[in-house]
Amino acid sequence: MTALPTPNFRRGDYHPFEAAGLDFIYLVSAGAIFQMDDGATRLLAALGERELSHAEMVEALAEAGYSQADAQDLIRELRFAQVIVSTQARAVPAPAGPPADFPLQALVLNITNQCNLACTYCYEFGADKIATPEGKKKYMSLETAKESVDFLLAESGARKAVHITFFGGETLMNFPLLREVVAYANAKAEAQGRSVGYSLTTNATMLTPEIIRFLGDNAIGVTVSMDGPPELQDKRRVYKSGKGSYAVVEPRIRALIANHRTRAITARVTLTSGVTDVVRIYRHLKDDLGFHEVGFAPVTAEGERDYTLDGDEMSDVLSQFHALADEWLEFALDGRMHGFSNVSETMAELIQGANKSHPCGAGIGLLGVSPSGDLSPCHRFTDADTHTLGHISSGVDREKQKDFLDRGHVASKYDCQSCFARPLCAGGCHHEAFVRYGDTGHANLHYCDWIRNWTDRCLQIYGALSARNPEFLERFAERKAA
Amino acid sequence: MKHLRPINRKATQIDEMAASMEEDVVALQQTPQVRPHVPMGCSLAFSPGWEVDAGGGTAGLCQPVERDIYDCYVTCFWPVQVPDHVNYSPDWASKCAVATKDWRNLDIVFP
Repeated sequence: MTALPTPNFRRGDYHPFEAAGLDFIYLVSAGAIFQMDDGATRLLAALGERELSHAEMVEALAEAGYSQADAQDLIRELRFAQVIVSTQARAVPAPAGPPADFPLQALVLNITNQCNLACTYCYEFGADKIATPEGKKKYMSLETAKESVDFLLAESGARKAVHITFFGGETLMNFPLLREVVAYANAKAEAQGRSVGYSLTTNATMLTPEIIRFLGDNAIGVTVSMDGPPELQDKRRVYKSGKGSYAVVEPRIRALIANHRTRAITARVTLTSGVTDVVRIYRHLKDDLGFHEVGFAPVTAEGERDYTLDGDEMSDVLSQFHALADEWLEFALDGRMHGFSNVSETMAELIQGANKSHPCGAGIGLLGVSPSGDLSPCHRFTDADTHTLGHISSGVDREKQKDFLDRGHVASKYDCQSCFARPLCAGGCHHEAFVRYGDTGHANLHYCDWIRNWTDRCLQIYGALSARNPEFLERFAERKAA
Repeated sequence: MKHLRPINRKATQIDEMAASMEEDVVALQQTPQVRPHVPMGCSLAFSPGWEVDAGGGTAGLCQPVERDIYDCYVTCFWPVQVPDHVNYSPDWASKCAVATKDWRNLDIVFP
């Protein structure tokens, strides 16, 4: 009689969490989320102590009152989903990268690299800038912009809808071009039976009633870069003279929100040293000014700048994120939408079960275009000679693109392999990694604990909602494509 | 699935795949099934009898093909040209206690 090998079993690659008094797991190799029953919880607890053979697992369940058949079913289920794995099992491979001919989905047009503000932490002009704009065009020409639209439509395959984001510098310093690009792109797309969506990012200093009307009429999504109430906004979002910008932007933002009704108006806050009062900033932007959503991100800095958040400030920011997350969940249980977009964005990824090969779409479905027509992975690399991925006239430099994507693939980031947050984080922002570590493919190790803590929190919110208000979660299903 | 409740899209896909496989395999799933069915021989264990050479045939194997039929003999009676343990070769495998070690003891049979 031949001898069969009898492997032991151990826990698979998952992150357990509790919510609403229930047990859940986040299955890391897939991005799947399951609620577990008592039997599954019990078996995983037993496997937490040591590896068990199949017979031992059955025995452990039998002791807890499970019949043979039930126990076998349960074990088969957990094995199928790879919640438990044989000790002889091979590691699940990392998610495959996109195919080389992945159709373009969005372009970020840097229609000018000029800005009327001089925010001290700016990644484009500040101490850690990587842009090398010397001798290059400051404003995008109509010709380059039209070429970009043609390029987007040509490179986007069979997609019915594509997206253009206008960016700067200060985007509205080249509003005349923006207006022409929208007209051109609409006509061109319509002729092909397709559509173009638009958004722009602005500091709001140059909004006029005419511009606001145009943005509303064309359903152009607007993100305003803004740091909060006057004393916080004016700390670093200043004119070249050093004068704060709050007084200028406040009435313009009110007018924007009152008159632009076709898309959500979002505030994007950069958290810097001394500007960490997340809850107060949120209250001001959401309740006083009326933004629909407010998102926060810590500033990108190479090391110790005077605006860098230190460890204590990062902890403070995180605890305030938790306070807003509590509020978000309360709202959601009532069926109301809360404006703290850091939670909303993560919910959208969790409901799909995102399992990313790369942290974002940069260099895959999204490219940045500089005023002179150079292509880059995204707007943050605009005008940086070291990161061009070709030119709008000659197309994508496939070799450079491949190098960028190979580096940025989560499988090439050693530190990420044991982290449960990797399906969502995938190592974090390419640009931040470059500024910090000099390599776009380096994992952003300085915020790992922070990301894990935040991911765990969002999972708990997700779990609680799945138990108590699952219909609400469905609202996030369309927020992001899978 | 009974013990895991899928609560996002990816988990639902896993659940659906599990359900589709429940209905897929018929031959090995007689109900009521109390123990997992472990098919013996053929593929799961070391089991001389099913090797082929690099060309997909049996001519280039390192021992004559007549020896490569141990598993047909031991675990099932397969009515082809194997040593017949019912009629004329009841002791063919008696010197082969553990196939992984003792397979050399399996001799050629001349009925």
